[in-house]
Amino acid sequence: MSGSNSRDSNAGAVVTLDHACIAQKMNRPSKINLENEVELRSLLTRHKISEEEFRTILSITKDPPTLAELGVFSAMWSEHCSYKSSRYHLKRFPTKGERVVVGPGENAGVVRLHGKLCLAFKMESHNHPSYIEPYQGAATGVGGILRDVFCMGARPIANLNCLRFGGRKHPRTRYLVPRIVKGIGDYGNCVGIPTVGGSVAYDDSYNGNCLVNAMTVGLIYDDKIFKGFASGVGNLVVYVGSATGRDGIHGATMASDSFATQTVKQETTVQVGDPFAEKLLLEATLEVLEKNLVVGIQDMGAAGLTSSSFEMAGRAGNGVYIDLDRIPVRAANMNAYEILLSESQERMLMVIEPSRWQDLSSVLQKWQLAHAVVGVVTDNGRMQISHKNYLEIDLPVAPLTDEAPVYQRPMADRKRNDEESSELKILEDRLKSDASFAIDTFLKALNDTGSKEIIYSQYDRHIGARSVLGPEHGGAAVMWLRDDAAKDLPFLGAVMTAGCNERRVKNNPLVGSAEAVLKCARQIWAAGGQPLAITDCLNFGSPEIPDVMREFSDSVDGITIACRELDVPVVSGNVSLYNSTGSVSIHPTPMIGMVGRMNDVRLATPAVCNEDQNLNLYVLSAEQDDLSWAASLCAKVHNIAPDLGMINDINWSQEILLSECLNSLRQSGLLVAVREVGDGGLGVTGVKMLASLMLEKVSIDFDVKDASELLGEGEPRYLIQLTNDGQELAHKIAGEHKLVLRMIAKVKPGDNRIFKTCLGEIDLDRINEALVTSQPIGG
Amino acid sequence: MNKRISPVGTPRIGVMQFPGSNCDADCVDALSRHFKIEVEVVWHQTAELPSLDAVIIPGGFSFGDYLRSGALAAHSPIMNDVKRFAERGGAVLGICNGFQILVETGLLPGVLLKNNSRTFICKKTALINHNKKILKMPIAHGEGRYWIDEEGLLRLEGDGLVAFRYSDDYGATGHAQNPNGSVANIAGVFSQNKKVLGLMPHPERATDKIMGGSDDGLVVLEEFIRRI
Repeated sequence: MSGSNSRDSNAGAVVTLDHACIAQKMNRPSKINLENEVELRSLLTRHKISEEEFRTILSITKDPPTLAELGVFSAMWSEHCSYKSSRYHLKRFPTKGERVVVGPGENAGVVRLHGKLCLAFKMESHNHPSYIEPYQGAATGVGGILRDVFCMGARPIANLNCLRFGGRKHPRTRYLVPRIVKGIGDYGNCVGIPTVGGSVAYDDSYNGNCLVNAMTVGLIYDDKIFKGFASGVGNLVVYVGSATGRDGIHGATMASDSFATQTVKQETTVQVGDPFAEKLLLEATLEVLEKNLVVGIQDMGAAGLTSSSFEMAGRAGNGVYIDLDRIPVRAANMNAYEILLSESQERMLMVIEPSRWQDLSSVLQKWQLAHAVVGVVTDNGRMQISHKNYLEIDLPVAPLTDEAPVYQRPMADRKRNDEESSELKILEDRLKSDASFAIDTFLKALNDTGSKEIIYSQYDRHIGARSVLGPEHGGAAVMWLRDDAAKDLPFLGAVMTAGCNERRVKNNPLVGSAEAVLKCARQIWAAGGQPLAITDCLNFGSPEIPDVMREFSDSVDGITIACRELDVPVVSGNVSLYNSTGSVSIHPTPMIGMVGRMNDVRLATPAVCNEDQNLNLYVLSAEQDDLSWAASLCAKVHNIAPDLGMINDINWSQEILLSECLNSLRQSGLLVAVREVGDGGLGVTGVKMLASLMLEKVSIDFDVKDASELLGEGEPRYLIQLTNDGQELAHKIAGEHKLVLRMIAKVKPGDNRIFKTCLGEIDLDRINEALVTSQPIGG
Repeated sequence: MNKRISPVGTPRIGVMQFPGSNCDADCVDALSRHFKIEVEVVWHQTAELPSLDAVIIPGGFSFGDYLRSGALAAHSPIMNDVKRFAERGGAVLGICNGFQILVETGLLPGVLLKNNSRTFICKKTALINHNKKILKMPIAHGEGRYWIDEEGLLRLEGDGLVAFRYSDDYGATGHAQNPNGSVANIAGVFSQNKKVLGLMPHPERATDKIMGGSDDGLVVLEEFIRRI
């Protein structure tokens, strides 16, 4: 850590409008040479600027731009910063609602929980850096999303993450998993934020492009929300945090690139994280905001100083002058281009009234953070940046922010799946007729979606002393808030979960994406919460491929439908495109993060059974038989493509009915455990619910009529454990909701240790092996 | 909420705060919700402790665990006075990183090494304490493998200074119950006068049954307060 030096608190450190005026008269560095066409084309290719975009740039700059200006355009107009291919579609999301306090467009979304107490949350991708350098890539992904949340004034209370790796046996998977898990753990553990949930899956579609999506949830008061506004002409622009180095230069542009098969050359663009610096920045930022010392604040994330300064100026409709000679740097002879586009971590940009400088400086000194006044807010709507007596950047702000290009990319027609797939029919017939094949499929399915303990045991899940339910139980996480602003609700909780079933999205982007939102809601209902709002992280292939754009557009529509049906607006989010290697795109993966509230966390219901109560499992469902094998886990373990056949449509009123029934059961004190039936149907879900018993002296009777009933998917159902004497009343409540409650599994003590179904008996040891001991490396 | 009342009236407990401490707020919260005591956070650059009856060094990654866990915090200005406080017979409790700091300052014997799994481990553990009581508390650390030479171990065992051992639910302390490879399953130790206690598990995270099913951490905190 470079401590604050004497210059920081020196009155001469202040930048005034006079400085800005002097800079305006400085010489300009040499401009890009338009005559040499070969060189120009190579320059544009390296900056991922199309010829059409370059023509627009020329119309904005009049003269040819400087190299640093070209770098700024490249970063600001990258997919990562500008959302140029997605913005047209994202407009369709429902983003308003009476509980929404801050919607999309800010550092994080904010939704009201109770009184002035709100939750700030967002999910963001760090896929490309994590694939190149998994440890640092994943760690800085966690760091970035934490800063997005705490720079608004929220204290982070929970982290979640959604990971997608290539096939389990793929060599890159074995390399990535332990490093990414360690990166996430080391960073979150050190900053002291519990990692409480998320999802992990392995699928060949991610062989060349893993997904690392990190989400943070924080607590914030509605009267203490800070935003990224560079308001007030004459106010100071202050740089806070780690010094700027050459790491991560042009990360934003890289994140908008698809991988060529060679990754070696990209290694210099990955950022390096320092969680200790983050912890100091977190405490210092919250102290500074609590004392109301800043006008505006923003994390220097993707595209570093460039995006934070442009975006803050853009939101306020002002200009900004920055003197790069004042930026704390940690490498010698950095040029303007490098300082502007560095993605060094753990940095913040603050805008303050000049009179606050001394107070601000003393807080930052206490936390040993480097800080310096680096610029001033101006009234000319331009970004003017000087370095070593040259005016390196002189650009209007708006064309790089609000008026950045928006593309309506061509979309392919919607693909129509064949209703019947011969491969799925063969699978179904064989599962029904060949018991040993069915048992083998069952074990493979258990293995595919088995225990994640080897992963989450590396994450501190209890720090903060709020975790009522965490990843051990496999459902939504429940955090006990105990906040002064909710004294009337001493057991108020926040419920949160994140995930997406990419195979179902691949099968039908519209229904599958709606289902991703619904699945989060089911988990929150099951735990005992009421869904409030979502964030999303839309991971797709190249937007230049019309089929991918169709998937993207349908996915946005699917999420929109679900949000309207469930009354949960989208309050923040992120888009990650170009997730492809060569011509192979990942499965479309619109990861959804949902938060909810719970008035009394003492009623939180886990998704695993309690051994102190009757160990019988009941299935709660509507009276119907509508199972399907399309995009199912069984199809996956037999390598059947997820886009064969058709997944079921969603019956929204039935979903609501089921959630209401769960609530009645809970209010009547009958629920011990509830799990939403997901991948691998009743069999796989049931085993996960009873996982703690697999080493014990028990036998499990599973009452299903055939393999379809054991493993089929696609119908909304919940598995339930009831209190010892709750059966009768539970049946009555289910009947009142016109739902069916049926006992499906009985656990009996006994030495034979078997799982018994109509297909035959399976040793519990074999089940435990599939579920736990044969899980791939996590550390 | 019913607060446990300590027999010595209203003690004042100081919770030390280093850059990188991250369990300080949890300690303050647990103590003030469950005990009738006064709690004060003490910043590491304070040269002298305020008037206190006991000191808690909370968990975290003080100074980012740079050099070695606890090594830099051990040389913080406040630690000189904590040492004097302990030498005068004051009660000091070090939890997780706090335990590492106490070992680094020499207030407790032994060292804490990287877990033998080489990974950070967060899990619920059962412990058997010096009174043969079984307590359940979570651990969360990367460097929690307690080690001491044979002579030192004999002295600890002989003088009854092993405060906690990792065990099963019935008190058996076998290899299978040892999460990190600690010598003799040791999870926590006392100083010779039993006034200084260091342990890797987190009592402050096991104070309410709704969070993880155990409030056994209260037993540890209460005993500590009684020892003042």
